[in-house]
Amino acid sequence: MTDLVNETLLKDLTTLAQLPFEPEQVSSTLSAINEVLELVTQLENAETAEIAPLAHPLERQQVLREDAVTENIDRSQLSRNAPSFEDGLYFVPKVIE
Amino acid sequence: MTRPFSSLSQLQSQLKDRSISATELTQLYLDRIEQLNPILNCYITVDEEHALERARAADQQLARGSGGPLTGLPISQKDIFCIKDTTTTAGSKMLANFRPPYSATCSTKLEQAGAITLGKTNMDEFAMGSSNETSFFGPVKNPWDLLRIPGGSSGGSAAAVAAGLCAASTGTDTGGSIRQPAAMCGLTGLKPTYGRISRWGMIAFASSLDQAGPMTRTAQDAALLLEHMAGYDPRDATSLDEPIPKYSQELSQPLSGLKIGVCRQFFSEGLDNAVETVIREAFKIFEQLGATLVDIELPNTPLSVSAYYVIAPAECSANLSRYDGVRFGHRCSDPKDLQDLYQRSRGEGFGNEVKKRILVGTFALSAGYYDAFYRRAQQVRRLIKNDFVEAFDHVDLIIGPTAPTPAFKIGEKVDNPVDMYLQDIFTISANLAGLPAMSIPAGQVEGLPVGLQLIGNYLQEGTLLRAGHQFQQATDWHQLTPDIEL
Amino acid sequence: MTIPAGWQVDIGLEIHAQLKTTSKIFSGASTQFGQLPNSQASVIDLGMPGVLPAVNGVVFEKAVRFGLGVGGRINRESRFDRKNYFYPDLPKGYQITQMDQPIVVGGSVTIDLPDGSTKLIALTRAHLEEDAGKSIHDRKPNYTGIDLNRAGTPLLEIVSEPQLKSPEEAVSYARVIHQLLTYLEICDGNMAEGSLRFDANVSVRRINDEALGVRSEIKNLNSFRFLDQAINFEISRQVETLNAGETLSQDTRLFDPDQLETRPMRSKETATDYRYFPEPDLLPVVLSERYIDEIKKEMPELPQVRTQRYHSAFALPLADAQLLAQDRRLADFFDETVAKTQTPKTTANWIKGDLLARLNEASLTIAESPVTSEQLAELITMVDQDTISGKIAKDVFGALWEGRTTSASAYVHEHQLEQVSDQSALEPLIASLLKEHPKQADDLKAGKDKLMGFFVGKVMQATQGKANPKQVNDLIRGKIDQR
Repeated sequence: MTDLVNETLLKDLTTLAQLPFEPEQVSSTLSAINEVLELVTQLENAETAEIAPLAHPLERQQVLREDAVTENIDRSQLSRNAPSFEDGLYFVPKVIE
Repeated sequence: MTRPFSSLSQLQSQLKDRSISATELTQLYLDRIEQLNPILNCYITVDEEHALERARAADQQLARGSGGPLTGLPISQKDIFCIKDTTTTAGSKMLANFRPPYSATCSTKLEQAGAITLGKTNMDEFAMGSSNETSFFGPVKNPWDLLRIPGGSSGGSAAAVAAGLCAASTGTDTGGSIRQPAAMCGLTGLKPTYGRISRWGMIAFASSLDQAGPMTRTAQDAALLLEHMAGYDPRDATSLDEPIPKYSQELSQPLSGLKIGVCRQFFSEGLDNAVETVIREAFKIFEQLGATLVDIELPNTPLSVSAYYVIAPAECSANLSRYDGVRFGHRCSDPKDLQDLYQRSRGEGFGNEVKKRILVGTFALSAGYYDAFYRRAQQVRRLIKNDFVEAFDHVDLIIGPTAPTPAFKIGEKVDNPVDMYLQDIFTISANLAGLPAMSIPAGQVEGLPVGLQLIGNYLQEGTLLRAGHQFQQATDWHQLTPDIEL
Repeated sequence: MTIPAGWQVDIGLEIHAQLKTTSKIFSGASTQFGQLPNSQASVIDLGMPGVLPAVNGVVFEKAVRFGLGVGGRINRESRFDRKNYFYPDLPKGYQITQMDQPIVVGGSVTIDLPDGSTKLIALTRAHLEEDAGKSIHDRKPNYTGIDLNRAGTPLLEIVSEPQLKSPEEAVSYARVIHQLLTYLEICDGNMAEGSLRFDANVSVRRINDEALGVRSEIKNLNSFRFLDQAINFEISRQVETLNAGETLSQDTRLFDPDQLETRPMRSKETATDYRYFPEPDLLPVVLSERYIDEIKKEMPELPQVRTQRYHSAFALPLADAQLLAQDRRLADFFDETVAKTQTPKTTANWIKGDLLARLNEASLTIAESPVTSEQLAELITMVDQDTISGKIAKDVFGALWEGRTTSASAYVHEHQLEQVSDQSALEPLIASLLKEHPKQADDLKAGKDKLMGFFVGKVMQATQGKANPKQVNDLIRGKIDQR
C-alpha cells in the first residue's frame, strides 16, 4: 500500500498541530503515522452508505444551564501555573496581526 | 489475607471495630510505598503529610462513630484526576509542575465519602498507551513479574493495588485503560456507562470515549467505590442524570436466569491459546452459577480498533491544543516568536506517542481526508453500537477475554505499535458504544493473571457487578497476590 | 461613493453580536465589560486541563428571537462544533462554534436605498459561538499581553449573502441588523465596547462578468464609519489592481483607520484548515415546538413593520414614523399613549417635540421618563377636548416633568387653568377692549388683519391664557363685523 502521508503533508500537519518539524525524524515519524493509517484503512470494508455518523455514544439531548454568575475567580490562584504572568496579563512573544 | 491485600470491605469492618486505626493503616501503605515504589514506579506523587492528616481526622470520626462510608480507607488516584493544590501530571513532562486550582468531581466525591488519597499513580502520557511505557516518569513494573508491563494506561493504579500499596485506586478508560491493566495485574476494573461518572477535572484524552472507574481487588469493592464516584454533575454536560442504584446491596442475587452472550468475534486469531482456555473455563463457572450461555454475533466489532484510531486521535488532537505554554504547562526557554513558543513548548513537552496521535488526528480531520477517515469512523461507530443494541435484545451480558495475551515484557512491543494497539481489540468496542464493561481475574497463564471481560447494557453496571461478585464467590483468582515482599 | 464605471461590487457581511447575558456561554463567569484583566476568566475560559463547557440556555432564547425576527428557519436540533486554530487569545486552541447545524438558517431583512426604494437582503445563517480574548500590544516591549475576560462571551454570528452592492448598502444593512438586535434585546448594540463587530467580504468584477471576483475579507470593523471607509478603500484597491493588469489573491485584511487603508494580516498568511468536527463535550440542543412558540408569543412588532404602520395607518410623515419606531421602548410609549388619546398625529408631535427634547436635555432614556404615557395621554386629551389651551398644556407638561403634580387634570383643576369658553364671560371683555382701543378696532375692520393678534393677545392676557384662542377669534370677528 502506498503511504498516505508524505514529507510535504507531514510538514503541513505539523504546522496545523503546532508541533516541530524535525528533518532528522521525518522518516521515523512518517513510518509510524503511515502504519497507524494502514490499520485504519480497514474502515473501507464497512458498509456505511446509509449510516449516520455517531458523535456521542448515548445520543441524548443537552441540558441547558441557567444564565447566572457561579464562578468565583481568584486571579492569583488561576494564574499560578503560568510561565509568564505580570500585571494581570499572560505574556507571549509579540504577536503581529 | 494479609492486611495490605485486604479488600475495602474487610478494611471497612476492621476500621469500624477499631481493630486497626486509619492512621495505622495509612502508615502501613505509606511504608510499603517507600519500600516498593522505587522498584515498581507506580506512584508519581505521594502526599504523606496530607494522607496522615486525613487519617487522623478519620480516626476521630470513627471514634465518634460518625464519618462517611469510605472513612479511613486509603486509596490512590490516577494522575489524570486534578486534585486541588496537588501536582497533577497526566504522565507528561508538559504538566510536570502543574498544580490545579480545582479538583475532579469524582475525586472530591471519594474524599467527601471519607477516602484518604495516598498519592497519584503513574500512567501512560495523557492516557495514550497500553503498557505504561509512554509515561514521562518512566515505566511501571508489573508486581507479578517485574520484567513485564502492568498494562495501561492506568498501569500505576493497577500495580499499586496489586502490590498492596493502596487498598484500591481509580482509573480512566478510553479504549481499555482500566480493564486491560486490571486484567494484567489480577484486579477487578470497571468502566461504567459513558456519562455515569463526571469527567469534570479529569484530564481529557478523547472526550466522547473517556470514562473514569474503580480499580479494586473485588467486584464488591468496585460496587462500593462506584456508588461514591457516580452521579450527575452539572459541570459535565455529557454526564447522565440517572439514579445511582445501591450496587453493593444487589450483589448477592443469584445468576439463575441470566442470559450471557458469547461472541465469536472475541475469539479471533490474535487471542493467545492459553488465555482462551482460561476464558472458556470461566464460562463453565457461570453456567454452574445458573446462567445460560448464548452464542451471539457482533459482526462489526473487528473494525473497532480502526474506528478508534481515527476518533480518539481526532479528539485528542483538539483536546491537547490547550497545551501551548501560555497559561500553564511546559514553556520552552527564550522563544524567539510565537510560532517558536508553540512548537518548541509542545515539541519538548509531549512524548513521541502523544505527538504521533496528534498528527494522526490532525490528518483524519483535515480537508480532503475528513470524509474518508473521521466521518467514516463515526459511521462505523454507529454500526458497532447497533450490533450491541441488537445483541442486548437477547442477552443480559456479553463475556469474553479482556486482552489477547497476559502481560508482555517491557520493551517487547515498543517498536511494534500496531501490535500494541491490538492489545485493546476486545475492550475498545465498549468505549465506542458507551457501554459499561468490567474485567475480573479468571485464571492464570504461567503465573500471570488473565482477565475475563463482561460487557453490560446501558446503565446495567449492577448486573456486571453482581455477575462478577458471584463469580468471585465461586473462585479465588481474585485472592491471589504477587510475591514481591522484600 | 460612486462605484468606478464599468465595475460592480459584491459585499457580504459577517456580523458578530455579543449577546446580552449575565454569564458566559460555556461558563458561569461574568460578562461585565471593563473589569480588571483576567479577573473574569474562569478555569473554563482559561481552557485549563480537565475542565468542561456547560451551555447557557439564554443564548438559545436570544438566537431564536433573532431567527424569528428575520424569518429564518430555526433548527430544532442544533449542534456545536470545534474550529481548530492556534492563537494566544484562543485558550483551548479551538473555538466552540456551530458549523453543520447552526441555530438559524436563512431569513432576510429589508434595507432602505438612497433613492427611497427598498431591497431585500438574504441571510445565509446565524450561529452561536464563543468570543476570544484580547491581545494587548503596548504593555511590554517585544511581548503581547493576553486578557481573557472576553473569552467565552456569547456571540451570534450573522452571515449575509454577498448581495450588498455598495458601501452604502453595506452600512444600511449593518444598521438594520443593529436596530433589530437592540430592538429584540439580543445585544446591547454598544459599538464602543465592541458589542457588534463586522467582517466584510468584498470583491469587484466587471459589469458583464457572471462570476464573483476574488474576495478579500476585512476583519474586525467596529463602527459603521470604519465599515464604510474600509469597503471604499478596498473597492478602489481592487479595481486599481485589476486595471493595472495585476491579479488579486484571496486574503484576510485589517483596516487601519489612521491611514484609511486595509493591509493583509500577517497571522493569516499560512493557509488554515480549521478541521471542524462535532464538539464531543456537548450534546445536541433540541428545542421543542412549545419552546419556540413561547418565544414567538413574546415577540414585539418589528421596527420596520411598525414604521409602516405609523406611516400608513396613522398617516405620520415617514421621518416621524421612523423616529418613533426606531427605539422599541419609545415606540411602546407612543403606542400606549395613542391607545388612550386616539390622536396619533398630536401624540406624535408631543413625543417628538416636548418629551424627546426634555429627555435629550436630561440625558434620559424613554424608560426613565418622569412623565408616563398615561399622564401624557390625559394631558393631550384635555387639549383635544378644549379643556385647556395649548399654551397652558405646555405649563402642565412642565409641572408633570418636574414632579409638581402626578395628574394633568388635578393640576389644571387646582390652579383653575381650564380654558374659558364661556361666551358670556368673554363677550363683555371683548366689547370693553374694542372700546378702549377704537383706532385699532377701526383699522381691523378696514382690513388690517394683523391687528387680530393684538386683540387676541389682550384677551389671553386678561384671562391668563385660559381663553380658547379660536373662540376668541370668532367673537372678535363678529363684534368688528357688527361695527
